[in-house]
Amino acid sequence: MSAGAAVVTVGQAAVLVALSPLLVGVMRQVRARLEGRAGAGVLQPWRDLRKLLGKEPLTADGVSWISVAGPLVLVASSLLLCALTPVLGTATLDRVPNDLFVVVAALLIGTVALALVGLDAGTAFGGMGSSRHMTIAALVEPTVLVSVYALSIPVGSSVLSQIVEARLDHPATIWSPVSLLALLGLAIAIVAETARLPIDNPSTHLEVTMVHEAMVLESSGRDLAWLELGSWLRLGALLGLLATLLAPWGVATEVTALGLAVAVGALALKLALIGSLLATVEVFLAKVRLFRVPELLAGSFVLAFLAVTASYLVAS
Amino acid sequence: MTGVELGMTAQVVLAAAAVAAAVLVPPRLRNVVAGTFAAAVGASGVVTGAAALTDHSGSLELSTALPLTGVALDPTPLGGFVMLVAGAVGAVAAVFAIGYAHGPAASRTSWVALPAFLVSMQLVPAAADAVSFLLMWELMALASTVLVLTEHRDREEVRSAALWYAAMTHLSFGLLLLGFTVLAAEGGGTGFDAMSAVDPKSLQASIAFVLLIAGFATKAGAVPFHVWLPRAHPAAPSHVSAVMSAAMVKMGVYGALLVAFRLLPDGPAWWGFVVVALGAVSATYGILQASVTSDLKRLLAYSTTENIGLMFLALGTAMLLRSHDVSAPADAALVACLLLLTSHAAFKTALFLGAGAVLHATGERDLDRMGGLAARMPVTHVAFALGALGAAALPLSVGFVAEWTLLQSLIHGARPDDRLVAAMMPISVAVVALTAGLALLTFVKAYGIAFLARPRSSGAAGAREATPGMRAAMLVAAVAVIGLGLVPGPLADLAGRAAGVADPGSGAAVDLPGIAGGVLDPVAVTVVAALLAAPVGVVTLAAARRRRRRRVDLAWGCGGARISPRMQYTATSYAEPLARVFDDAVRPERDVVVTHYSESRYLVERVQFRQRLDEVVETRLYQPVLRAGDRVGAAARRLQNGSIHRYLGYSFVALVAVLVVVAL
Repeated sequence: MSAGAAVVTVGQAAVLVALSPLLVGVMRQVRARLEGRAGAGVLQPWRDLRKLLGKEPLTADGVSWISVAGPLVLVASSLLLCALTPVLGTATLDRVPNDLFVVVAALLIGTVALALVGLDAGTAFGGMGSSRHMTIAALVEPTVLVSVYALSIPVGSSVLSQIVEARLDHPATIWSPVSLLALLGLAIAIVAETARLPIDNPSTHLEVTMVHEAMVLESSGRDLAWLELGSWLRLGALLGLLATLLAPWGVATEVTALGLAVAVGALALKLALIGSLLATVEVFLAKVRLFRVPELLAGSFVLAFLAVTASYLVAS
Repeated sequence: MTGVELGMTAQVVLAAAAVAAAVLVPPRLRNVVAGTFAAAVGASGVVTGAAALTDHSGSLELSTALPLTGVALDPTPLGGFVMLVAGAVGAVAAVFAIGYAHGPAASRTSWVALPAFLVSMQLVPAAADAVSFLLMWELMALASTVLVLTEHRDREEVRSAALWYAAMTHLSFGLLLLGFTVLAAEGGGTGFDAMSAVDPKSLQASIAFVLLIAGFATKAGAVPFHVWLPRAHPAAPSHVSAVMSAAMVKMGVYGALLVAFRLLPDGPAWWGFVVVALGAVSATYGILQASVTSDLKRLLAYSTTENIGLMFLALGTAMLLRSHDVSAPADAALVACLLLLTSHAAFKTALFLGAGAVLHATGERDLDRMGGLAARMPVTHVAFALGALGAAALPLSVGFVAEWTLLQSLIHGARPDDRLVAAMMPISVAVVALTAGLALLTFVKAYGIAFLARPRSSGAAGAREATPGMRAAMLVAAVAVIGLGLVPGPLADLAGRAAGVADPGSGAAVDLPGIAGGVLDPVAVTVVAALLAAPVGVVTLAAARRRRRRRVDLAWGCGGARISPRMQYTATSYAEPLARVFDDAVRPERDVVVTHYSESRYLVERVQFRQRLDEVVETRLYQPVLRAGDRVGAAARRLQNGSIHRYLGYSFVALVAVLVVVAL
């Protein structure tokens, strides 16, 4: 069991490392095609990473160790996040159950590392991005935890693997109003956490509207490579989680070579679908004003809260 | 004589020695000698607390200390736990004070007050009856008031802060006195054992409960009784702020635990709701104020209110779930309360001592004028960073363990059959989540603005690292934050023993009994993360060999980075989006004055921005009450205008009234 769990844990991280840049490539390509451009191809993020890792990093005088360590912390926390997301199998290490609160905490470590990198160089844009990023992160937190709560009620546990297993055993629960409300709330939170439209524009070139991009302005070379990879891994893991909760089929409950191979194929398919869908929706959306974001997040919180109360009504 | 008796005697003796040292030793050596004795008082508190926690035996009766009743000290395991935490904070702060205290803080008065403060605080949780409890409580209040007043000659705001503190702390004392009186009258004795015989369902019990909880909440700094915290902490010397915030306010939490689980257990369900509501409001309001504040010590004071709120939330949840017979999550909530108490003690000590070192080095409390301290004060920087990690409840810190335990108890405590409890739990989860999110922003701001980027003032630019003793004290607190966070098992076991619940620790990990998936093993998680990140390290090293890092003299800033550090974000601007989102609750008052050149009104010469944050609770609740008090006072003065005729008239009327009453 333990060896199998180790395979699943490491495999999830490895597969998401391989797939996340491709997912970003697919999303950019879908967007490019819908806008009538040729696009750079789905492999472009991988090529970017290779290029950045080969370049020399520049650091300004007076910056602290955060500018060097921050990107590494971000990528390490993202790898932990990937390893703990049951996208391939539900087996978990005995001492490291993929408890949702631990998963969220891993996410927050990355959030903080990124915000500190933004502050470190002492430029106006970095501070601006960092401030906005943390404001959004603070407001997303209640939605995330309350939707986690809603998902955990039918199972009686906040361990992700058990939630996914319960969904595999009783597929009808996926379409219950409780689950749908919670997933909708979670989806909005994920869009905010991964800095996608309409919260943040990942392809903006206008500094004043940037959130994520403003924080990484001062990083270059391998620092930037890790920051990019870390952010892509977050996107891959969170979209993978959403896809797994919506459609848990393919996730291996027993660790076998065939089962894992099927799981990898299913994950690739699910990520491609959900990524294309997200990219398509993004074409029709504009970024909302920063001060309208709280309204959106308050809406998502209400959905999550409704999910919890609805689960009581259904239960009693 | 058992260890507990010996320890309590030692505390009193050492405190007396510390006081004597403060009085007798010449000023040159005073810091070292008196500080060492004060640290020994704290250390003896740790030992006594540990002894009381492991085997509960030993009591001390000082029958001559007070007329009529005497003083009875008999620490329970819970009292021992709190004494241990308070002693550890006191010892670390005293060591810090040896290097830190200067000017009025190194005076005889100040060094006399510190050990008196420490010993009375450590003996509060040992008290076995209400009289001893109140005696220690009042000693603690008096000594801390003296310490808050330390710098009254140099700074005017210290006097008003001390006045607020003295008034609020005596409000607390008064409420407790009334509450204990009700219980003593009903239970027929001042001993806690006699009081616990009172029927908790009776009206008297409820009256006493409300009075006592209000009194303890005042000391703990829960909203709306928190107004003294943001005043007293910036006014007091930093080592005193550390002890007050990390240890003294916990006596309020200890008092609430005492009332809820020893004196009046199994009270009506609404008690739990009251405590949960008190906690939820304090947590949200405290962290919201902290997130928009730019004064570092004020920010830490508000964060204390937040953490106290979380402790009350955990305590109220435990009461609520006990009254519904949901035992496993109730036990987890109780353990969470004690874990929160310990974690707050550890990280707040590190943060306040760090803030003290920064104040010592730069002369600044205002975050807007700091920056770039990481390079200038490397050890302080590490200690503050680790403390901030704990305050933001991020993994690896004990703050995360505590918050995780609280969340586990909340999500497993759901009981759909009682609609009120059913609604309370998700609201509590949301409150914990919102406070966690805002705490994240607050401490990213505090750490990032103060220690990263470029210095914003000449004070910050010329900062020097603290003395070795101060560094050691800060590091001890910071190591506690990380150490207890990595290996929380033994701490959880101690907390379980203090709370009297089945052991919630297994080896190094937390393993909440009766809760599915309630296992948290930070070491295992860290090892997994390190193994996963190893390839990243290998790739980085390989890349670093091929291409070395190059230093450039200026950040890019989209081509516009000026040399002036004024271009950077400040703490005020960092929190501006949040202040705008929570406009209604925070109510910032802003003044923007734009001066144009006289030649052209299209060109701006200078822009002046001023922001003031008035607290809603203060403007809406305290100021009207104070104004009404003033009016009553002014009216009362008309009775007494100095005219002898009027006084003779009063005597005559009084005489007639007495005669009439007697005649009837």
